[in-house]
Amino acid sequence: MNDPILEMRGVSKSFFGIKALRAVDLTVYAGEIHALMGENGAGKSTLMKILSGAYRPDPGGEIRIEGQPVRIEGPLGGRAAGISIIYQELSLAPNLTVAENIYLGREISSSGLLARGAMREGVGPILQRLGADFLPSALVAHLSMGQRQLVEIARALHARSKILIMDEPTTALSAGESERLFALIRQLRAEGLAIIYISHRMDEVYALGDRVTVLRDGRLVGSLDKADIRADTIVRLMVGRDVSSFYKKEHDPDGGRGHPVLAAIDMADGQRVKGCSLTVHAGEVVGLAGLIGAGRTELALLIIGAATRTSGRVEVEGHEVDIRTPGEALEAGVAYLTEDRKALGLFLDMSCLDNINLAVLGHDAKLGCILDRDKARDRANKAFTSLNIRAANVGVSAGGLSGGNQQKVLLSRLLAIAPKILILDEPTRGVDVGAKSEIYSIIDNLAKSGTAILVISSDLPEIIGICDRVIVMRAGRIAGEVARGPDSPLTQEDIMALATGMEHLDAG
Amino acid sequence: MPDNGASQAKAASGATNGTAAETGRQRVRMLISALGMLPVLLILCIGFHVLSEGRFFTGQNLGIVLQQAAVNTVLAAGMTFVILTGGIDLSVGSILAASAMAGLTLSKLPEFGALWLPVSVLTGLGFGVVNGALIALLRLPPFIVTLGSLTAVRGLARLLGADTTVFNPAIPYAFIGNGSLTLIPGVASIPWLSVIALLVILVSWLVLRRTVLGVHIYAVGGNESAARLAGIKVWAVLIFVYGVSGLLAGLGGAMQAARLYAANGLQLGQSYELDAITAVILGGTSFVGGIGSIWGTLVGALIIAVLSNGLILVGVSDIWQYVIKGLVIIGAVALDRYRLQGSART
Repeated sequence: MNDPILEMRGVSKSFFGIKALRAVDLTVYAGEIHALMGENGAGKSTLMKILSGAYRPDPGGEIRIEGQPVRIEGPLGGRAAGISIIYQELSLAPNLTVAENIYLGREISSSGLLARGAMREGVGPILQRLGADFLPSALVAHLSMGQRQLVEIARALHARSKILIMDEPTTALSAGESERLFALIRQLRAEGLAIIYISHRMDEVYALGDRVTVLRDGRLVGSLDKADIRADTIVRLMVGRDVSSFYKKEHDPDGGRGHPVLAAIDMADGQRVKGCSLTVHAGEVVGLAGLIGAGRTELALLIIGAATRTSGRVEVEGHEVDIRTPGEALEAGVAYLTEDRKALGLFLDMSCLDNINLAVLGHDAKLGCILDRDKARDRANKAFTSLNIRAANVGVSAGGLSGGNQQKVLLSRLLAIAPKILILDEPTRGVDVGAKSEIYSIIDNLAKSGTAILVISSDLPEIIGICDRVIVMRAGRIAGEVARGPDSPLTQEDIMALATGMEHLDAG
Repeated sequence: MPDNGASQAKAASGATNGTAAETGRQRVRMLISALGMLPVLLILCIGFHVLSEGRFFTGQNLGIVLQQAAVNTVLAAGMTFVILTGGIDLSVGSILAASAMAGLTLSKLPEFGALWLPVSVLTGLGFGVVNGALIALLRLPPFIVTLGSLTAVRGLARLLGADTTVFNPAIPYAFIGNGSLTLIPGVASIPWLSVIALLVILVSWLVLRRTVLGVHIYAVGGNESAARLAGIKVWAVLIFVYGVSGLLAGLGGAMQAARLYAANGLQLGQSYELDAITAVILGGTSFVGGIGSIWGTLVGALIIAVLSNGLILVGVSDIWQYVIKGLVIIGAVALDRYRLQGSART
């Protein structure tokens, strides 16, 4: 192989004595896609921040780019060294145009005035090379997530970066957009860029990775070449133990599906949801699949009264309930786990204790308003034990926890009301492998105890792994249902066919 | 990996040590953040005591400081509720004036005179609830709504007294404004105004830290969308906090009226909202909402009062007092930022 473009030797980083990275050696070559995996808190983001210049590594280590030792300092240090990072939360200014975003911080001006025309022309060739289907003068706010990602990549190419770091780039993308992104990443590899690809998703790593490096507890625990990339090997490296059955599904609705607990009938919001009906039975895990934008989250929000419905009704255990606010949904026993736990779920500055108890404070209160602090502490401690939440104590603020633990805290809040119906929207998004398998087993146990569960997920292997049947949405409508039979397992193909509308072609 | 087990065990023990150290550091950090601006307050007090050649720490002077801090403490307590939800209430000075005018006007009627105190407080509550309703139900920005009522309510205050000063030398409950509660006869007493202020702080603390509503206030300030999804009635919380702010401004108006036996719709309470906001910020409450404590606000209000009093004791001219007060505020907050660096959110 050619000479490495990036070499890190013995790079460590500690915060107040806590080692976030311990003597990591990482070598990346030009023209390779180097997948970086690890549970949340394993040190991936610390490593990235060192490469971007946001953190300064501890003395003793060395970073070489194209053989030359470099010091990456300050927010622009990474870019100056030829490294660009595309973060999970894209860092574009939505109120500016594509060209302005690409030139941000390095604007062209002539005699003090912004040369908009020159900037638009400057980005033209790059956008063309990336196969962009939008103009340099388009406002970023009007672009889809996939298009925005292209702008980010264009910005990196425009800065002549040789190393591109992508942090879970497909999180917000639809399946089609992801495919296009993969094609583009392969094209960039062929053009000689080195790409460090951070992802939790095994299928992406299979599809893209030339090599995989796994971090655990701040250490580099292994690097695998393409031939050796296997799911069980990677998972074992990541968690440091065997994960025998990743998806857990022991509950058995076939042996006696319960009574219908949730029935949503003809739900519509006048925009994204166009007359959807579905039923979930006690002790059943139903998947709600579909492409991004198919209206799955919107349907869930209608059911729990977080959005205004133009038609439809909801029945809980056979009785119609008029749910107009999320509070009324909770009272009716319908709990919803949001897909965006940081923006819509957790109170990051508040303690885990308060986060867990929030929905039942009024119920537990003495004299109707005084906090029952013993009960709250008790409940939080029980949740910590039963869901295996790892934090120093229940008093620490939720913002300091890893993604998986945050998700379990949020889940505890919903479980505190002992819901009859649990709607889980992307329950394992941004959650590490260990916590994922724990969440699956929580879902399984809830189903065993008779809770009706609706799981919205874009991760098809997950849906197939944990659900009894799958309802598929397409463009705001229920496109169909795929059931698990004794001899016919759920398949990704059946679900995708419904989600994309391909089943009509087959029938025709 | 042959030494997998060993390295794992080592990693595990390392993690335990790390956690213990982390907890220790968290404790220190929590202590520092709990103390907040208290060290600044103490340094100011001691500094003024030295510079004024021992005239600061006298029973009489401390009584004056507490009395001067009282009204601002009450306003700042209400402001704390509002800022904790991520809002702002610019109208408290005007509401204070209108409430005082309403109370004084009523106190002159012989048959209703004794009712002036509750009427003042309720007038403030009324204005506060209107603010809250506009913000919560019409979803208007708090800055705009209370900027509007800052002006409109000031006009109403002037209207109430026909733009004159209203006097009532025989106002009932005058002891509130000028009397003191004797703790040890002849040795220690505390002005009633200060007693009220401390009670307000105490009740505020109870509400914020010991009731469901308190948690909901922090939740709305921390993440309004999440609060809505979690089933919290955000509109009710918002109306409550602006109502409290108005109510306490009304109480402040009553305290001023009882102290001065008079009120002027134009002059009373001018720019009081700025002192109240300053006290809250000095107290370490985040302007974004969701973080802060009522004790911090008390310390903030005391810092402002100690500064005013101390600078006079030391003999600094009125003009320089402004300059120094402004700089101390900026310096104190800068110190606070520096102190909080490295914590989750600054």
